[in-house]
Amino acid sequence: MSYLHIGKNFTPPDIHGKVTGKARYAEDYSVDGMVYARLYTSPMPHARVVEIDADEALAMEGVFGILTAEDVYPTEAPAPTLLTNEPVYVGDPIFAIAAIDEKTAEDALKKVRVKLEPLPFSVDPVTSLKPDGPSARLEGNIYPREMRSLHWSAEDVERFVTGREPTGPAPSEWSYGDLEAGFDNAALILEESFVTTGYAHMSMEPRSVLSYWQNGRCHVHGSTQSQSFVVPFLARMLGIEQKDLVFVAEYCGGGFGSKISAYPVLAIPGYFSKKLGRPVMLRITREEEYYVGSARVGFQGWIKAGFTREGRVSAVDLYIVQDLGSQQAGGDASSAGGAISILYQPDAMRLRDVPVLTNTTPRGPQRGPGQNQIAAIFEPMMDKAARELGLDPVAIRRLNAPDSSATLNANQGPVTSAYMKEALDRGAELFGWSERIKKSGQRNGSKVTGIGVGQGYHSAGANGFDGLVRITPDGRIHLHSGVGNLGTYSYAATTRAAAEALKCNWENCIVHHGSTEENLPWSSYQAGSNTTFTHTRANYVAAEDAIRKMKLIAAQVLGGTPDQYDIADERVFDIGNAARSLTYGEVAAKAVELGGEFSGETWPEDIHEVTQRAVQGIAGTGLIGVAKDNLPVRGTVPGLTVGFIEIELDLETGKHEIVDFLAVAECGTVLHPLGLAGQLRGGAVWGFGMAGLERHVYDPQNGLPANVGYYQTRPPTYLDIPAHMEWSAVDIADPDNPVGSRGVGEPAMGSATAALMCALSDALGGHLFNRTPVTPDVVVNHVSGQGQSHGPLATNTF
Amino acid sequence: MSAYDVMPDMELFQPVTVEDAAALAERLGSRGWVLAGGQDTYGWLKDRAKHPKAMVDLSSIDVLNGIEETDGGGVKIGAMTTLREVSRDQLIRARYGLLAAAAARVASPQIRNQGTLGGNVSQDTRCWYYRRGLSCYRAGGNICYADSPEGMNREHAIFGASRCVAVSPSDTATALVALDATMVIQNTRGVHRVAAGDFFVGPAVNITRMTVLRPGDILTAIELPADWAHAEYYFEKVADRNVWDFALVSIAAAFRTENGTIRDARLVCGAVSCVPRRLTSVERAVIGKPRNDSTGEAVAALASEGARPLNYNHFKAPLMDNLVRRALRA
Repeated sequence: MSYLHIGKNFTPPDIHGKVTGKARYAEDYSVDGMVYARLYTSPMPHARVVEIDADEALAMEGVFGILTAEDVYPTEAPAPTLLTNEPVYVGDPIFAIAAIDEKTAEDALKKVRVKLEPLPFSVDPVTSLKPDGPSARLEGNIYPREMRSLHWSAEDVERFVTGREPTGPAPSEWSYGDLEAGFDNAALILEESFVTTGYAHMSMEPRSVLSYWQNGRCHVHGSTQSQSFVVPFLARMLGIEQKDLVFVAEYCGGGFGSKISAYPVLAIPGYFSKKLGRPVMLRITREEEYYVGSARVGFQGWIKAGFTREGRVSAVDLYIVQDLGSQQAGGDASSAGGAISILYQPDAMRLRDVPVLTNTTPRGPQRGPGQNQIAAIFEPMMDKAARELGLDPVAIRRLNAPDSSATLNANQGPVTSAYMKEALDRGAELFGWSERIKKSGQRNGSKVTGIGVGQGYHSAGANGFDGLVRITPDGRIHLHSGVGNLGTYSYAATTRAAAEALKCNWENCIVHHGSTEENLPWSSYQAGSNTTFTHTRANYVAAEDAIRKMKLIAAQVLGGTPDQYDIADERVFDIGNAARSLTYGEVAAKAVELGGEFSGETWPEDIHEVTQRAVQGIAGTGLIGVAKDNLPVRGTVPGLTVGFIEIELDLETGKHEIVDFLAVAECGTVLHPLGLAGQLRGGAVWGFGMAGLERHVYDPQNGLPANVGYYQTRPPTYLDIPAHMEWSAVDIADPDNPVGSRGVGEPAMGSATAALMCALSDALGGHLFNRTPVTPDVVVNHVSGQGQSHGPLATNTF
Repeated sequence: MSAYDVMPDMELFQPVTVEDAAALAERLGSRGWVLAGGQDTYGWLKDRAKHPKAMVDLSSIDVLNGIEETDGGGVKIGAMTTLREVSRDQLIRARYGLLAAAAARVASPQIRNQGTLGGNVSQDTRCWYYRRGLSCYRAGGNICYADSPEGMNREHAIFGASRCVAVSPSDTATALVALDATMVIQNTRGVHRVAAGDFFVGPAVNITRMTVLRPGDILTAIELPADWAHAEYYFEKVADRNVWDFALVSIAAAFRTENGTIRDARLVCGAVSCVPRRLTSVERAVIGKPRNDSTGEAVAALASEGARPLNYNHFKAPLMDNLVRRALRA
C-alpha cells in the first residue's frame, strides 16, 4: 500500500531542542521563590524509624522545613511509599529537608539525628524461603497479589538450589494442554536451572521534579515516559482532583520502564510545596537514582522442555522464583511463560511462580519484563536441543515459530497476525547464516568464533484510548498527542496516522504534547511496546471523526449529502465536481460558527475524562475531531524480533567482541524507519549489557548495594558494541491496525540478549551458563576448569 | 545517611609555585587535600566521605606540566601532565610505548583529558565498601567488610592482604614500575626521589595510604630512566568494559632481548594487590629464554603462585597466568 506519511522518515519536533541543548527537562525549570529539597535515605536494609530529631537542622539559616511520612499519601505494604517510617531497603527515602540551596539542605541533613531500630532482612529470595528465613517486610515475604509468608522445607530449598525439579510450594500457577503427554511424546528432554540478574534501569535523567501551587492547582514538572496516562495516578497520589493538576513532561531522559506512570518521587515536591508555601525542586542524585529508580525483577528458576525427534517443542514446565525487591512488583514470571508459549508454540505448558520480596532496591518493569530474562535462558536451550537432535539453530526455531494462527498464554488466545518464519528467513538470508554458521568454533589464536541467533517477543498493542485532532481557520492541523516523549519519537510518529487519514502536508501539522496545558487526549502508558499500535489507531479514529464532520459541513455549505464529498490536498470537494470545494481552513471557520460537536462544544460520551477536559480547552477554536478507539482487535498484538550475531570470545581473558549484529523486526508495516532503527539498535545495546555486563550486587551480611554508580553497574559503552549494526523489517501489515503497524521496542532487546547468550555458548562448544550476565570472570573460571565463585542459583551476587 | 552530591564548603588555595603549594600542604596537614585533575577527589568530597577543610589546587603551577628529555636519554613528566598528553606525546610513544599504552587505557577520553599522571598514581582504591564511606580499617576503623565470610570481593586482592584487601586501581602504575621510574616528591624540607617500586605501599606498611606520600608532600614529576627506553613492551588491561572501567587484572611488561633470547625482563600486574605486583619469579625464569609461546606456557603458572583468592576473585589467578602467556607471546 502506498502511503503519504506512513513508512517515511520525518523530523520529530523535539529533535531541534535535543541537538541544540534547548530542550527543557524538569530540572531546567525555575520559578520565583523556588527552594531545594534533599532526601534522607535509609542506611539499613530494613528498620523501624524510632525518632527523627530535626530541631538543630530546622534552626539553621536557610532551612525551610522537613517533610516526613506523616505528611504524605499513605500506602499499604508492599505498595511504594513516598516517605516511610519502615524503610525496606538501603536508600529508601525517610524524610526530606528543604533549604535555600542544595548545599544547605545537605548540610541540614547531617544535623538531623535519626534513631533506627534494625529489623530482619534478606537480599536473596531463596534465603527468605528457608524454614526460618527472614522476611523482607513485617507483613511477610511473598506477594502473589497479597502479602503473606511462605517458607519451604529444608529439602525443598536443597532441591531447588541444586537444580533438581522444584518441590517447594508455588503460590501462582497456570498451565494449558496435557503436560505429561507432551513429555511422553518427547524424544529429547532438557532440564536446566537458571539465574537472571535484576539490574537497575539507570535512567540518564535522574527523576528530578519541580512543584508549585497556583490558584489551587498543583503544577508538576517531571520526567515520565507517559503523559496523559500519568494524570489520574499522580492526582490521586497528591490527593487532588485531576482538573487541579498541571503536569509538564515535555522531555524524558530515559525511563526504560521505571517512569511509566506516577512514581513516588514525583509527588514529594507537591506535598512539600504545599506545606512550605514555596515552589520546591527535588533533584535526585545518580546514587539515589539507583535506589528509587527501580531495577529489573530477578529470576531464579528451573525449566524442563521436551522436544520431538523433528525438533517441535512438545512441552515446557517452567518454575520461577521472582526477586521482587522490596516493594510491589511482579508479572515478569507470567510474561516469561507467555513468551515461551508464543515463540515456540509448545503443545503443553505449565508455569509455577514464587514472587518473593527482598530488601533490595524496588523492582519494576524493565524493557521486556520477563520475556527478555527468559529469552536469555531458553534460547541457548533451543541451541542445545538443536545440537542433540542434529538440527540447525535457525531451522529449529523456524519449525516452532509463530504464524498468524499462533496461540499464546494460559488461555491459548489468538494473535492479530504473526510472521516469525518470514523474519527468520529474512535474517538468515541477510546475515548469510548458512555460510556464517560454518565459522562456529573456529580458532584464531586465543579467540574462538561464536555464532548466535535469538528471538524476542512482547505483546505490542492496546486499544480503547482516545484521539484528538483540530483544524483551525488558518488551515493548520493540530495533532494533540497524549503520548509521552520517552525518547522513541512515537508521540509524533503515531500522529502521522491522523495526517495520513487527513491527507494533509506534514508541514501544516502542529504536534501538541508534553503538558496538560496543551489539551491532550487520554492515552495509553508508553510502555509495553504498545504505543505504535494503540495510538496510530486512536489518531486514525480522531481523523476519521474530523473527516466525517468536514463532509457534513461541506454538504451544509455547498449542498448535497456528505457522502458526495471526499478530501484531498487539504480541501473537501464534491466527488462529481471537484471545483465545488472548501479548504480545511474554510471548513474550520464554519465549524467554529456552527458550534456543537463541530467545534468541541459537545463530545462523544465514551471519551475519557482527560480527553473531555482537553476538548473543553480547545472548544471553539476550530473543527474538532475526537473519538475513542473502538476498532476491533482479534487477539494479542505480537511484537517480534530476531537477532543474528557473530562474536569472537577470547578464552584467555574471558572477553568477547561482537563482530557483527543484525536485527530483524516483525512489527507489521514500518511506521517510522529511523525510529525503528533506533529501537532495534538501542535495544541491542541494552541486550548486550544484560547478557555480558550489567550487575546487581548486594552484600548479604549488611544489605548494602555494591552498584550505585554507572562504573560499578557497567552498562555497555561505545567500545563494547559494534560500530555498525544492520537492521531490517518484514513489513507485512497487521490487519487490526488501520495503517498496519505494531510496536517492537521490547523484543528488540530480548533477541539481542538471546543472540549473544547463544553465541557465547556456541563459542564454548555448547556450554550453557544459564546465568546473566556472563562476565569475563565467569568465562575464565569455566575455561580454566575451576568452579564459579557464586553459589548455585545465587542472585544479587557477582 | 544520604546520597550526598553537592560540594561542601572548603577553602581553596591556588598556588603558582611548588614551594607555596608545599608550604600550604605542610601547614594544612591532614586537614588539607592536594588537588590534581579531580577525578578521584570530587567523588570523595561530593559524597562527603572525606572531610578536608581546604584544597590545594596544583593546576596553576606551570612547572608541573609538560614532558621533557633529561640528560642521559631519559624523560621527565610533570605530575600535572594529563593522561591524554602522556598517551599522545611523541617522545613517550617513541621511547616508552608501554606508558603511552597504559595511559591510553585509563577510564574514558573525558577522564583522560582531565586526569593527570600524578593523580593516576596517587589515587585511592576503589574498594566499594571503602568508597561508601564505611568505617573500615582503611578508613580508620577496625573491620574489613570485603574480607568477611560473605564479603563481595570480586575486584579485590589475591596477594598482599593485611587486614585490608583493596587493590591499586592505577593503570599507569604498573607501567611505571616496569620502567623503573622515579617519583619526584617535594615538601618544605626539599626534594627527594623514590623508586616507583617503593612509591606504592600496601596495608602492612600503611593501611590508610596507597603511596608513600604524606600530608605536606607534593608529587612533582615522574622520571623515566633510559634503561628501559625502546624496549619490547606489552600492556594489557582486562576490564569488564572497554571504556570507563578499572582493571580486573592488568599487565605491563618490558623485555630486552638479544639474539632471540630475553636478556632482562620486567613484568608487573595491576589489580591483584594493593601495590603493582612485580612478577619477579617470572622475570627470573624467562631470562635466557626466547620470547615465545612455549616460554609463556612454561612460566605462566609462576605468576599466580602463592595467590590467596577471596570469595569472588579466584578468576584472577588464571587470568594473571594468561596475561603472562600473552606478554611472552606478543
